[in-house]
Amino acid sequence: MSETRVPGRFGQFGGRYVPEALIPALEELDEARLKAAVDEDFAAELARLHRTYTGRPSIITEVPRFAEHCGGVRVILKREDLNHTGSHKINNVLAQALLTVRMGKKRVIAETGAGQHGVATATAAALLGLDCTIYMGKVDTERQALNVARMKMLGAEVVAVEHGSATLKDAINEALRDWVTNVETTHYLIGTVTGPHPFPEMVRDFHRIIGEEAREQVEDLTGSLPDAVIACVGGGSNAMGIFHAFVPDEGVRLIGIEAGGEGIDSGRHAARFAGASPGVLHGAMSYLMQDDDGQTIESHSISAGLDYPSVGPEHSFLRDSGRAEYRYATDTDVMAAFELLCRTEGIIPALESAHALAGAIEVGREIAAEVGPEKAGEHVLLVNLSGRGDKDMHTAAAYFGLLPEEKEQALEELEEDEL
Amino acid sequence: MSDRRGGTAAVIERCLAEGRPALIAYLPVGYPTVEGSLEAMRAVVEEGADIVEVGVPYSDPVMDGPVIQAAASTALARGVRVDHIFDAVAAVRDAGATPVVMSYWNLVLRRGVDRFAADLAAAGGAGLITPDLIPEEAGDWIRASDAYGLDRIFLVAPSSTRERLVAVAAACRGFVYTASTMGVTGVRSEVGSSAADLVARLRQVTDVPACVGLGVSNGDQAAAVGATADGVIVGSALVRALTADLAEGGEQTGELRPGLETLRSVTADLADGVRRARSGAN
Repeated sequence: MSETRVPGRFGQFGGRYVPEALIPALEELDEARLKAAVDEDFAAELARLHRTYTGRPSIITEVPRFAEHCGGVRVILKREDLNHTGSHKINNVLAQALLTVRMGKKRVIAETGAGQHGVATATAAALLGLDCTIYMGKVDTERQALNVARMKMLGAEVVAVEHGSATLKDAINEALRDWVTNVETTHYLIGTVTGPHPFPEMVRDFHRIIGEEAREQVEDLTGSLPDAVIACVGGGSNAMGIFHAFVPDEGVRLIGIEAGGEGIDSGRHAARFAGASPGVLHGAMSYLMQDDDGQTIESHSISAGLDYPSVGPEHSFLRDSGRAEYRYATDTDVMAAFELLCRTEGIIPALESAHALAGAIEVGREIAAEVGPEKAGEHVLLVNLSGRGDKDMHTAAAYFGLLPEEKEQALEELEEDEL
Repeated sequence: MSDRRGGTAAVIERCLAEGRPALIAYLPVGYPTVEGSLEAMRAVVEEGADIVEVGVPYSDPVMDGPVIQAAASTALARGVRVDHIFDAVAAVRDAGATPVVMSYWNLVLRRGVDRFAADLAAAGGAGLITPDLIPEEAGDWIRASDAYGLDRIFLVAPSSTRERLVAVAAACRGFVYTASTMGVTGVRSEVGSSAADLVARLRQVTDVPACVGLGVSNGDQAAAVGATADGVIVGSALVRALTADLAEGGEQTGELRPGLETLRSVTADLADGVRRARSGAN
């Protein structure tokens, strides 16, 4: 497969659709990250932090009781949920925070939806002594009040963004406005593989350790590469992180699972590859949920981390080139998969990661139907468990009615959240 | 400098020949209503705007501050469509000023770059300002703007290096949109010296006219900025004035008071400012 031809482009996707004022900062960042990529001191410092702070390498866990529900194929989880701060986000955040220090900047800003990236950024800022401002949609600050408190405990300022739909995309708009104004002193620590070049490539590179570790760990355990690698895709950073090492392995299927929300026909979803078309948002050309005029359409998902109307440009490239396939899981499928992993394996996944689990159930059953139940056990699915579900207990408790005396109220709140 | 009939450079040249910079007024189409926005555009032309920047409301306007964001949200909520900009362009032309469109790139891309250019030219538009498109990404637009004889106006900022100034100015036709400060659109109490510095740096590398925007809100600021700039761009202050001209209950209905007194007096003050800019009083 041919790789990227133009710097900053993945086929027709990616690029730099930003105000001219940001170009010098993007060039400075590009230079800094390319220099860091060949700098042994940088690599050593990042490796030390990952070993002593993040908790890397993250383990893999085979989940046979869960796999019984996947047609009997073998299922192996890459446990990014065990990282410090509870998700894969810390991989990228620590690396970009180190770059911030190298560039001589004293302040980081970031957007956050569910709060995972905001918490990770506030954590890194505390660790490295940087000022930190987190932009979060007002709707999300209310949904995720506990994460707002976590960020504040870590010393970050949290700004509730009230315009537009007051969710993730509006938080990104506001962070970009801050960045245009304060670019000389401030680094915008983008949390996923979107945004203008070099962010999609750089964030992928800071997460590719996930796939590099997993590839070796699965080979050690099973003696071969997995049949498929499955990950949820919002912006798509955990997916790019685990896919990247497998891209040259043509025999390994790469499967991204988008948020199907309430179903494609309902219009309330975040499955960009189910009918959206290429467009530009937040600095990059990629598949985009937009109306006939090119105005952004608001997305919907039960998991705030996947609730974004566009997707990382490299995913669009992998999709159009046929190297990766993309499916979606509806909120209902996701909650079933969430419950199943809890009950069969004693692991509470993030709702985002539960999309990948729902995908694994579907793909495993398809494989079993094709090869027959007796041979299903020869096939292996590697699933990226990108985060843990502690943050989602409010949503889960409401969905499953786990708080009897508060059940009514909780259900009402859930309905309000979904408005 | 191009003397292409209907282009912005010709207008700026004519103003400079009168010993003053051009006044460029930004107003978003569809605010407070489509009809109201056309009325507002005619009013600013009557009060002395030489060029009208027809803004296209967009769902994710990252270069805009609170005033223009709020106007864009209102316009979108009331159903403004990209098609309406061509009505506004024609209205400005009919009123006797030169219209240019300011649009975030995805709206152009979605319509089709070539079709957008054709429609803009057919409506009498002089060109397009692209706040989130840099020349390196603009291949299709450069071809289409050549094909339809449209101005293409890219931005420079105080952070732009000399190399960037050279590259951006070379890609521009009409004028260079010169951002006075680092930041987004909005009214500022002072514009400061960075605008003059940036205009001076541009002069060293190009003779394409430099028009300064971001933060200018009154005649005194227009006079100060216009001392060196070839044109003075005003946006948020006009939108704020137009909001002040809403009739009672107009926040809900979009109805304007007859006469648009506030908008007219703010525009007249700005028009006076550009005429004082090079009067030699100092």
